Amino acid sequence: MQIYLPIAELPVNMMLLLGMGMAVGFISGMFGVGGGFLLTPLLIFVGVPPAVAVATQGPQIAASSMTGSLMYWRRKALDIKLGIVLLIGGIIGTFLGVLFFNQMRRIGQLDTFIAISYVILLGTVGTLILIESVMSFVRSGKGSTPRARRAGRHHWYEGLPLKMRFHRSGLYISVIPILVIAIFIGFAGAVLGIGGGFILVPALIYIFRVPANVVVGTSLFQILFTMLVATMLHASTNYSVDIFLALMLIVGAVFGAQFGARVGANLRGDIFRLLLALMILAVAGRFTVDIFATPVEPFSATMTDTFR
Amino acid sequence: MRARGAITGAALLLAAIAAAVSAATPASAQTPPPAASTGAANGANSGQPPAQKLVTTLSPSKILIQSNFAGQALTVFGAIEDNDRSANYDAVVTIKGPRGAVTVRRKQRWGPFWFNLDNRKYIGIPAYIAVLSNRDVREIASAAVREDLHIGINALIPQQVARRGANDPEFRAALQRLRREQELFQEDPEGVTFVSPRVFQASINLPGRVPLGKYEVEVAVFTDGALEARRNLTFEVSKTDLEQAIATSAREYPIGYGLVIIFMALLLGWIASVIFRRD
Repeated sequence: MQIYLPIAELPVNMMLLLGMGMAVGFISGMFGVGGGFLLTPLLIFVGVPPAVAVATQGPQIAASSMTGSLMYWRRKALDIKLGIVLLIGGIIGTFLGVLFFNQMRRIGQLDTFIAISYVILLGTVGTLILIESVMSFVRSGKGSTPRARRAGRHHWYEGLPLKMRFHRSGLYISVIPILVIAIFIGFAGAVLGIGGGFILVPALIYIFRVPANVVVGTSLFQILFTMLVATMLHASTNYSVDIFLALMLIVGAVFGAQFGARVGANLRGDIFRLLLALMILAVAGRFTVDIFATPVEPFSATMTDTFR
Repeated sequence: MRARGAITGAALLLAAIAAAVSAATPASAQTPPPAASTGAANGANSGQPPAQKLVTTLSPSKILIQSNFAGQALTVFGAIEDNDRSANYDAVVTIKGPRGAVTVRRKQRWGPFWFNLDNRKYIGIPAYIAVLSNRDVREIASAAVREDLHIGINALIPQQVARRGANDPEFRAALQRLRREQELFQEDPEGVTFVSPRVFQASINLPGRVPLGKYEVEVAVFTDGALEARRNLTFEVSKTDLEQAIATSAREYPIGYGLVIIFMALLLGWIASVIFRRD
């Protein structure tokens, strides 16, 4: 059954969109990530213009993080104060990202830029998680305990000015490094159509040592609001958010996420991270081919102005 | 859908023939020799063949894109009014979409990377081209005639804008190749069928991702490689009320549109959390 997308201006199979939303929702529910880094490439592959694919990620990710945030909110596994600091950085980053996105689109390097960013970002994060999960395999074999938070030992960046206390996370650190990370994630989110959960979760755990039980909830809370802002900015500056596409993806993803969450809950922590790393690296690999392999068709043609 | 198209097609074909006959009959009854001679004189002195020798209809004349739009069949009928029973006619039907500027980019090696490093810009390129004929256009008319009359895809692509770089035929060829692969440019040497020696029909399936806008249909009839008659028709591809309303509101009320989408996302997210609540 075909549905015509009014903004993307092309017909797409409705079942395909629902199915894609569901598959990505499953993975996002399983790993607590937004899934944008999987869905954007999939949409581009189906023929949705990159600009529309990226801009329409916003509402899809917002909807699934809304569900997740509410769930963690009820369990009180959400640090609102930390979330708000992350959000401030996220909004600044998103604003910069949308400006940059529109500029890249104008000079015709958007596709290349998206591909390179995916390779760098996914490649780095994937490799880091992979190394960490393999190390923890090795460690668990030796029977030693993973590093624990020790009182009185801090990284240099935690002691910067503007210190703030985050009760629920048990932190007393400078907000500057938190803002920097949040700005970066907001920027990447707006430019690449990703929520940034797969960067934020490891960052909160490894860089700021936020307790694992509040990390996912807080990250979802931040992603929810960042994506709402991103949707508004995309809608008001490049008019590329497709409401039908968003609706199909949300409906699929919302259901997929529930099943994913159930499967994810039964996975062992290190296996969970290993799988996540492999999946991220697979997507990075796909984009690496795009940039490094000799293209089958070196030409591309884009219509710039139409007279209707 | 296809059956309905065939029925309306047949009805229109009959209408076209009837129109052709009724247009010819009174003319020949009143002043037979002048009617025929005017046509011949016009064709001879100006190089602009008389359009009245050709009667054409188009079905449908407006294409509305609805939410289930997946392409649309388009049919053009033509009837040639001529007393010369011995002439052999060729017909070429050209459908041209809205024009726009196209930038063709070429990826080139830059260290280990492949980047879009070179580009050429073309203006006035139709977003959609279909050239239908009863046989290969190269057999119908000479290259010079086709170039002059813009018959065939190649003749419809203007040269690049002299903004940068040398005129590189590779880019022009790439543009045509890419659009052909997308089925936005096509040439069909069997797209026109003569149902009688004087009446022909051209059918085409516009693809689902056909660009929106005003389309021109040019029907040209040739005899022995020379243009005999030409007619222009137009039709429009546009979104229906709902699709257009969405696209318009996205452009004209971006804040409201964004808020609606945000509300939709939050609502669906909340509903899901209620439905799947486990505690």
